Amino acid sequence: MAVLPIKFTKTKRDKLAQVLWVLNWISVVTGIILFSLGIFLKVEINKRQDLMAESQLQSVPNMLIAVGLIACVINFLGGKICYDCVDTNKFLRWKLVMLPYIICTFFFTLSVLVGALMCYSMHGQLEEALTLGLRDAMRYYKDTDTPGRCFLKRTVDQLQIQFQCCGNEGYRDWFQIQWVSNRYLDMSQREVVDRLRSNVEGKYLMDGVPFSCCNVNSPRPCIQYQITNNSAHFNYDFHTEELNLWMKGCRQALRDYYTNIMHSVGLTVLIIWLFELSVLTGVRYLQTSLENVLRQGDPECESDGWLLENSFVETARSNFNIIKHLGKFNQINISSNGDPNIDKPPTAHYGPDNVPPKPLPMAS
Amino acid sequence: MLLSCYVFPHQSARVLELHLLSSPSFLHHGDTHVMDNTDIHCVPNTLMIVGLASMGINYFASRICQDALDPGRFPRWKTFLKPYFGCSVFFTTLMLISVILSYAMKGSLETSLKIGLKNGIRFYKDTDTPGRCFQKQTIDHLQMEFQCCGNNDYKDWFEVQWISNRYLDFSSKEVKDCIKSNVDGRYLVDGVPFSCCNPSSPRPCIQYKITNNTAHYNYDHQTEELNIFIRGCREALVNYYMGLMNTIGAVVLSVFLLQSSVLASVRLLQTSMEAVAGQENVEIETEGYLLEKGVKETFMEYVDPVLKLLLLNQVTPPEAKPEAGATGTTTTTS
Repeated sequence: MAVLPIKFTKTKRDKLAQVLWVLNWISVVTGIILFSLGIFLKVEINKRQDLMAESQLQSVPNMLIAVGLIACVINFLGGKICYDCVDTNKFLRWKLVMLPYIICTFFFTLSVLVGALMCYSMHGQLEEALTLGLRDAMRYYKDTDTPGRCFLKRTVDQLQIQFQCCGNEGYRDWFQIQWVSNRYLDMSQREVVDRLRSNVEGKYLMDGVPFSCCNVNSPRPCIQYQITNNSAHFNYDFHTEELNLWMKGCRQALRDYYTNIMHSVGLTVLIIWLFELSVLTGVRYLQTSLENVLRQGDPECESDGWLLENSFVETARSNFNIIKHLGKFNQINISSNGDPNIDKPPTAHYGPDNVPPKPLPMAS
Repeated sequence: MLLSCYVFPHQSARVLELHLLSSPSFLHHGDTHVMDNTDIHCVPNTLMIVGLASMGINYFASRICQDALDPGRFPRWKTFLKPYFGCSVFFTTLMLISVILSYAMKGSLETSLKIGLKNGIRFYKDTDTPGRCFQKQTIDHLQMEFQCCGNNDYKDWFEVQWISNRYLDFSSKEVKDCIKSNVDGRYLVDGVPFSCCNPSSPRPCIQYKITNNTAHYNYDHQTEELNIFIRGCREALVNYYMGLMNTIGAVVLSVFLLQSSVLASVRLLQTSMEAVAGQENVEIETEGYLLEKGVKETFMEYVDPVLKLLLLNQVTPPEAKPEAGATGTTTTTS
């Protein structure tokens, strides 16, 4: 009733051990790859920390870094074990460690899968963080004299130039905030005072955008002020003009950029997970076949290897019982005075005929 | 020595392969539009040829070294070695020459950039003329990437009409006055394109009426340094290329030293193996040398066959001269 049993001859076992040794070393390299992917992701997120609001985004790269380090350690140990498995004597050293090792590796492989799935499920958090972060960055664009916010202007300008985007969802976002600081507004001019008075909150709003929104591919010099006023510029219709400013919103641009990175990283982690799973399966087969060899006593004989000794249901039940009894280790079974050998039927095996031998006559 | 013969050629081949990959990036693809003449291309071209040749040289060096371990197999390289050394020395000196060239061409680079940028700024407005329609885009990208403005500095934009006539309202009085006041009828402004704007500036960019202090509140154009990029693009580009050439020059020099040591080692190996050839006892001690005769004599020895090849069709029999007098011999004097 074993799950997926396979017969292993001595040569097959040795070959399996050698192949697993090589695979384990390759897995150490993939562990390093996981680690560096985590570092790369962390750096990318930190680069634009100013533009993202507080969120749980850092958990994904942290998870990848931790999993990568654990992968290196586990696979290094696995390599050593598999190397020693070729020789049955050396295997005895590792006999007791192997089962806990396999259980640990199983849980570790699960966490790799969780890491891969986390990469794909970050969408919602990312979108929210970007929306709030960009909104705040644009609001504090003018505060270049406030400590803690003085570099936001440069960050936003460089973002808009590099990602070829303007504003949060479009260039109109700039019309709704005051991005020119009061230090540079001439309060003695009537025009300025009128504009401030016409706004409920006393903000200086205008239909203009910063220079970083200008599209490099435009055939005419950039129009950044009085954008909606067709008569202010010669030969200009802002409804049909598409090349003057960047049309894309920065939230969408950043979201696309990060989603691409996350998907590539997620795909790589999934492939590494499949690889780790196959290594784990191989090590399990090796362990069970070597244990059967020891049970049979002859190192050269053929043995069975399996994934689980009994079926899934029975294994789950027995493990559950073990865990249940763990809690009862200091309770005594009083039904038969604590002696576990009472009322047990005899189970001795007396040869092929199963006839108990006659008692020998006692010497007097 | 023999062991080094194995290690060095492979190392050299690798280093030169890397070098090969780096030299095409030497010239920024877009920047070739702002360079007037392309004499500077000879430096990366030479480096690429030398890189390829070095891969071949080192491959043969490793084969020679491998065969040198067996005195029986070594003699088959005998006729190959003389031209091989000639070629190797030629390409190795070419490597050194290319490094010297890259520093010597700085002047030519500067001149060609000066002319190229001047043209770029002049044709900035001609986005409707085929052949010049990408100048605006190129110059804008250049100014934003290298954080520079204009040719020598931002004032170059004041002397050029960079706004096309298509976008000027000729019915407005202001435009008419501006054009009339200029001898060539050009519309000049004391303004710069948006790509000159410095993102690090604390205030929104002032790109028009730069020299007019009263047009902007709290603004003094003499002391304002952060508003637009003050550096000229020619200076920025020359610094960038010189930095690149310094790095590449250092790498090429180290590869040159490595290559020379490999060639010297192979030469010593060859001469010492030649002394062993034909001997019964292959375990004897032999002497190796770099050159059998002096430098000049060896050089003439190599150059003579080449000269003979070039002078192949030259006929100089003194007794045939009276016969050939009327017909005229076809002599090609080199």
